[in-house]
Amino acid sequence: MKRFHALMCAVVLAAVAGPAGSADIPLDQRRSGYADLGRDTKAMQDDDTSNPASLGVQDGEALWSQKAGTAGKACAECHGDAAASMKGVAARYPAFSPARKGPIDLEQRINLCRTENQKAEPLAFESRELLALTAYIGRQSRGMPIVQSDARLTSAIDAGRKLFTQRIGQISLSCAQCHDDNWGKQLASSLVPQGHPTGYPIYRLEWQSLGSLQRRLRNCMIGMRAEPYAYGAPESVELELYLMWRARGLTVETPGVRP
Amino acid sequence: MTARAAMGVLLASLAGGAGYADELLPYRIEGNAVPVSLTGKPGDAARGRTIVTNRTLGLCLLCHSGPFPEERFQGNLAPDMRGAGTRWSTGELRLRMVDSHRLNPDTIMPAYYMIDGLNLVAPAFRGKPLLTAEQIEDVVAFLATLRD
Repeated sequence: MKRFHALMCAVVLAAVAGPAGSADIPLDQRRSGYADLGRDTKAMQDDDTSNPASLGVQDGEALWSQKAGTAGKACAECHGDAAASMKGVAARYPAFSPARKGPIDLEQRINLCRTENQKAEPLAFESRELLALTAYIGRQSRGMPIVQSDARLTSAIDAGRKLFTQRIGQISLSCAQCHDDNWGKQLASSLVPQGHPTGYPIYRLEWQSLGSLQRRLRNCMIGMRAEPYAYGAPESVELELYLMWRARGLTVETPGVRP
Repeated sequence: MTARAAMGVLLASLAGGAGYADELLPYRIEGNAVPVSLTGKPGDAARGRTIVTNRTLGLCLLCHSGPFPEERFQGNLAPDMRGAGTRWSTGELRLRMVDSHRLNPDTIMPAYYMIDGLNLVAPAFRGKPLLTAEQIEDVVAFLATLRD
């Protein structure tokens, strides 16, 4: 089984390995945006009592045990102690959904659980509750390596790569042109990061709030004067998936703090 | 032309709004240059400087640096603009502004006078070049003054 798994990883890697244009960042040169934070921001992320995202994690912990929907069930009634049952889950999302025959992200997984099992309304993207639950579940993977090795996601990863490398917007730049080819340089006052989603949902100082990876992607797209993909759109999830595949092996930091 | 038709033309030209038109002025490329002014007139270098240093209009300083001591946080994704007027002729500067992609398909330099072949442009910017022909001539006139 282990050998099969390794083989499928190789298949995934071979299928997605770079076409012409931007070159992938060599695996050993990848770095989290954390490495380039100022000392104060690093300290803010490192200490749970000063990390402003901790409030979201605590909200999520409360919601975990709160009954929801007409089924009158809490997450904890099926999943038990999140510290055990949710350990490593966020590190491998987006994951393959057999029902959708494609990737779903953690927010969509939470909402599927709500609608199918709790018989509750789905939570809105970027709502306090959905961010809180995502942060709480994400926190259970802190310190674990990001894993993307499901061969069923090969074509979706490839679709994400296409989105990552296509020029968009009136400015007409691709994600890769900045984050693969020009990371480490200064875009005016901002350092161009490699763009690894190691800490989502993050507390972004510019937002003064917790926010999702999709929100962050929209910020970049609006900067390119492009029309952002809708929350939950297949393109949004394929980009998230590609970014997690690209960050495979890096450590989950959730909840992260960024400028 | 009837009075009604004339009014229609007038309204159509007003609908372009904000000095933009959905049609770009035609221009001719010779070698690596657009030798003739897009507007047929020389640009204004002083106005060009204000466009270059405006981070939401010219956008130049996000990637480039240049002789602008008052401007903090200039980018370093692209070459310093000092000496641009020595390195390139006015016509070469104009092509670099108008359609940099023609010179290097992989460049990160936007094509400032191009509306076709773009992808997923936000509605507010559709059919509009990054700068008008007049603004491009102003920037070209300014860049030509950067001679050291």
